[in-house]
Amino acid sequence: MNRDKDFLPVEGAKKNKTSRGIESDFGAADGEPDEELMQALTNFRLSVEAWSEAAYSRPRAAMRVHGRRIWRLAAGWALGCALLAGAGTGLVRERHLRQEQARIAAAAQVERQRMAAEQQARDEEELLAKVDSDVSREVPSAMEPLAQLMAEDETK
Amino acid sequence: MASSITLETMTSLTADERSAEEFSRIVTSHRPQIFRFLLASTRDVDLAETLTQECLLKAHRNWSSFRGDSSAMTWLMRIAINLQKDHWRNRRMQFWRQTRNSSVDVDEASDWLPSGESSAEKKLLAREQVGHVWKAMERLSERQRTVFLLRYVEERELSEIAEATGLSEGTVKAHLSRALAKVRTELRGNQ
Repeated sequence: MNRDKDFLPVEGAKKNKTSRGIESDFGAADGEPDEELMQALTNFRLSVEAWSEAAYSRPRAAMRVHGRRIWRLAAGWALGCALLAGAGTGLVRERHLRQEQARIAAAAQVERQRMAAEQQARDEEELLAKVDSDVSREVPSAMEPLAQLMAEDETK
Repeated sequence: MASSITLETMTSLTADERSAEEFSRIVTSHRPQIFRFLLASTRDVDLAETLTQECLLKAHRNWSSFRGDSSAMTWLMRIAINLQKDHWRNRRMQFWRQTRNSSVDVDEASDWLPSGESSAEKKLLAREQVGHVWKAMERLSERQRTVFLLRYVEERELSEIAEATGLSEGTVKAHLSRALAKVRTELRGNQ
């Protein structure tokens, strides 16, 4: 852009091209007009005018603008699609992860149940064996001679 | 009978043509001012051009309803202010606007200085002053900024500003006073 033109800080010249009572706005607290503020605002106005005139009268390349718009539109669509794809992939990955976690949790649950059942079976077996051995030892010793006689009668 | 219809049609056409001509004249004379106001408000050349176009399009659509109660400039300025307001307040497309934002920064805007002959020292001083005003503008509310620009860039009368913004003159004065206080603080705080 062609800017930074030679500058004329306005000291009276072009200061108030239209007298619209603007000076009365600049009264300082002591009643004296605030010259510095007036100067700054005048320079600001002239700066905006210079910028506006330059921007307004700049050559306009319709094709370039059109191209830029197309580029922006394409970039917008590409960004939108990328965001959409990213969001979609994220959702799919999240869902897959959750399914995997659920599957692992279910397998672990089955394994725990299986182990608990095996443990229970072992416990029952041990209990039965203990009962058998305990029952077999329960024959009173006082009956042992009689038991021998009974065994002899049976052989005869 | 036929001749009277033809005459009526011709009269109507002439009125339409006159109206179109009048609108074209107003657009030609006021378009740079509308653009300047929007440029200073947005610091974005592309956006200012787009909003200027929208403003004139809206004005053209409503041209028949313009009764001339206010000046054409005030009427156009009111449309421009509303468009600008709508643009910034429309939150639906805010994300895209931010990514497409091409407004220049304060320092770049301060580089624009009018032509003339002057010393380097004065140029520097002026650039600094302009920069301080831009910085102070950034701290103004939307309404204060609009009023400030209409007064000190467009040099509009208080009554015109009140009409264009839909505020009372007292409110306009209050906004101007606050805006000036901020500019003054910015100028003095950087001395």
